[in-house]
Amino acid sequence: MRHLVFAMTCASLALLSAAPAGAQLAGEPYIHDPSTIAQSDGKYYTFGTGRGGLVSDDGWTWHAGGERPGGGVAPDVIKIGDRYYVAYAVGGGGMNGGHASNVKIMWTKSLDPKSPDFGYHDVGVVASSNGVEDCDAIDPAFLYADGRLWLSYGTYFGYIRMVELDPKSGERLSGNQPVDVAIDMEATALLYRDGYYYLLGTHGTCCDGPNSSYNIRVGRSRTPTGPYLDNMGIPLLKGGGKLVVAGRGRVFGPGHFGLIDLGDGMQKYSMHYEADMDRSARSVLGIQPLLWKDNWPLGGDNVGSGTYEIQSARSGGALELAVDFVRMPIDRRGGFFGPPPGSVSPVAMQTLAQDSAAWPAGPIDVDLADYMIRPHQQWTVTPAAGAGGYFGSPYFKIVIAGTDRALAATADRKVVAVPAFTGADEQLWRIDQLIDGTYRITPKASLGSKTPLALVAIGASTPVLAKFDPASDAARWEFKTP
Amino acid sequence: MSDLLLQVRAGAMAASLAALSVVGPSSAGAAVAGTTEAPSLAPYFSAIDATPKAPDADGFLQRWLLLEPIVKPNRSNTGFTGTYVREALTTQYFPSQFKGVPRDGQAVSAAGAPLRWHALDTTLFDVKLFNFAQSLSKPTYGVIFWAVTVVNSPREISNVRLAVGSNSASIWWVNGKEAAGLFGDRRMVMDDVVSAPLTLHKGKNIVRGAVINGPGLSDFCVRFIDEDGHPIRDIALDLR
Repeated sequence: MRHLVFAMTCASLALLSAAPAGAQLAGEPYIHDPSTIAQSDGKYYTFGTGRGGLVSDDGWTWHAGGERPGGGVAPDVIKIGDRYYVAYAVGGGGMNGGHASNVKIMWTKSLDPKSPDFGYHDVGVVASSNGVEDCDAIDPAFLYADGRLWLSYGTYFGYIRMVELDPKSGERLSGNQPVDVAIDMEATALLYRDGYYYLLGTHGTCCDGPNSSYNIRVGRSRTPTGPYLDNMGIPLLKGGGKLVVAGRGRVFGPGHFGLIDLGDGMQKYSMHYEADMDRSARSVLGIQPLLWKDNWPLGGDNVGSGTYEIQSARSGGALELAVDFVRMPIDRRGGFFGPPPGSVSPVAMQTLAQDSAAWPAGPIDVDLADYMIRPHQQWTVTPAAGAGGYFGSPYFKIVIAGTDRALAATADRKVVAVPAFTGADEQLWRIDQLIDGTYRITPKASLGSKTPLALVAIGASTPVLAKFDPASDAARWEFKTP
Repeated sequence: MSDLLLQVRAGAMAASLAALSVVGPSSAGAAVAGTTEAPSLAPYFSAIDATPKAPDADGFLQRWLLLEPIVKPNRSNTGFTGTYVREALTTQYFPSQFKGVPRDGQAVSAAGAPLRWHALDTTLFDVKLFNFAQSLSKPTYGVIFWAVTVVNSPREISNVRLAVGSNSASIWWVNGKEAAGLFGDRRMVMDDVVSAPLTLHKGKNIVRGAVINGPGLSDFCVRFIDEDGHPIRDIALDLR
């Protein structure tokens, strides 16, 4: 199961590692066919084709690291009890290597090579293909749901197949036979949510840099062995598959989905991009928000650099400086109602200078109010250079558009706008997209709390920093074009 | 990981239509057993009989004349632009390529190689060209396949559409007129490309297609659908 559940902690400190402008992760995240990210001994690990992998302290900055013996291609990792099971394939994968392959399993109690619990134990072969049959037993993916352990595998050469394993040993259940669940798909992943089993996998061409058309598709079923259908009712056994995510911007060819469940209504997913144009078009790890719409998974988006109204899902109120409202003139010629008696012309919007003339010089309180399209309600959001990040998203600075006046957390857990951005932790913000598409806004500074604090509308007009309640709209925010 | 690099299997060996090794499901603990023995056609194809064959429940056409593959090396499918595919699939490789209906067992000389037509019924909704070639010990990658079937309609049916999926690119003709083109590195999905409305004549209609693939598992699926997207099923296939 490419499914990782992480408890959020305040201990996740970003490493200050340079990332290319616009990059979606920092460090050296070079990998192909990444496994589901697993947390072990306070670090995050993912393994790819070949022997090595990547390791990170925070999910943002990644370096080469980790040890995975056995070689082969496209591993997956799942933790059950105190064991990390690792599935990987030896053989297969193409014409040059043929299609004869074995999926093997091994386990270790730690992924940290420095841990005394580190050490792989071989379970053996759990699935295979003989090189002639319509299956190539590579790209294994785990799913642990309702106490049962499933493994999908296969590639474009024939069928994607499903087998059941013993979660206590990792061995194939006695007598279990493979079931065909899809065609023309590879790099599969499995999810279970609200009574549906989801089979994800890539369509398109891999391994060709910015010419790769890899994209991630999904079908769902009420049973783990199918039939899996897409949103049009087309069976995955007849080539169906609903799009989850394709290349966009400066990254091409997403593939090898892996769920990252951060809890509190926030899920992300790992993948590789076939080509990151900010990193010499090399294959890199990617992490993006995951949304759910009509019981379908859908790729989300980090908030992009830009100027926004930040709108509360609770009240619809706009986050704003608590300053005096400055009126705009209105045309009263011939009375307000009906057509004007003379010429008609465009009217300028209120300027920052007009709005800010009476703003105090020091910190200004922040509240929520009806959005009046005024400068004191418009925030420019940009990644804070060199400030690090967390699971696929950098820390942001949030300033009133056209100024350096920055949204900041206070020790007494309020929000204010300070006169100038300094890069202090109190002025750095995580903006995580939630599974419904809204965003959670979290200060980097812990403010003495053991659990992360989020921006919460405790009243229709009052934002503070408080514990995040995933069941409430009070801590959900939308970034609207101004 | 995917099939990207092409290593065309050199040397088409003697065709073997005899039932050879039927491959069962892979089993736990089984060692990798690479084999050079050609598998049987049986899992995916059967011999035709004299009875016209109706489409399956979803309307897919399951009786075809298939020509052994023409070798056309392509290292990657990303070059399957419309221009390339159209040039590759409209090149004259053998006489009567675009007219008439070949006979089962008929031999042609295409691109300098002797190739034979095979009349087959498919057991699945799709026509597994890769397995067809593999079972005949013919090249499986870097190839062009030609396929022909005859649709007998009990009446004239207007406003039907040809719905095609193919791996990889392909072009399809109905009664000699191009109906659908699938370009780019295609994977097969049912109803991938759907033609403009056309008319099935009362009696005989010839459907002809050509599929090109580099490093991929070639197959196609074809059906006719009506204005509402429902399959046309009151037709029958024979190969005469």
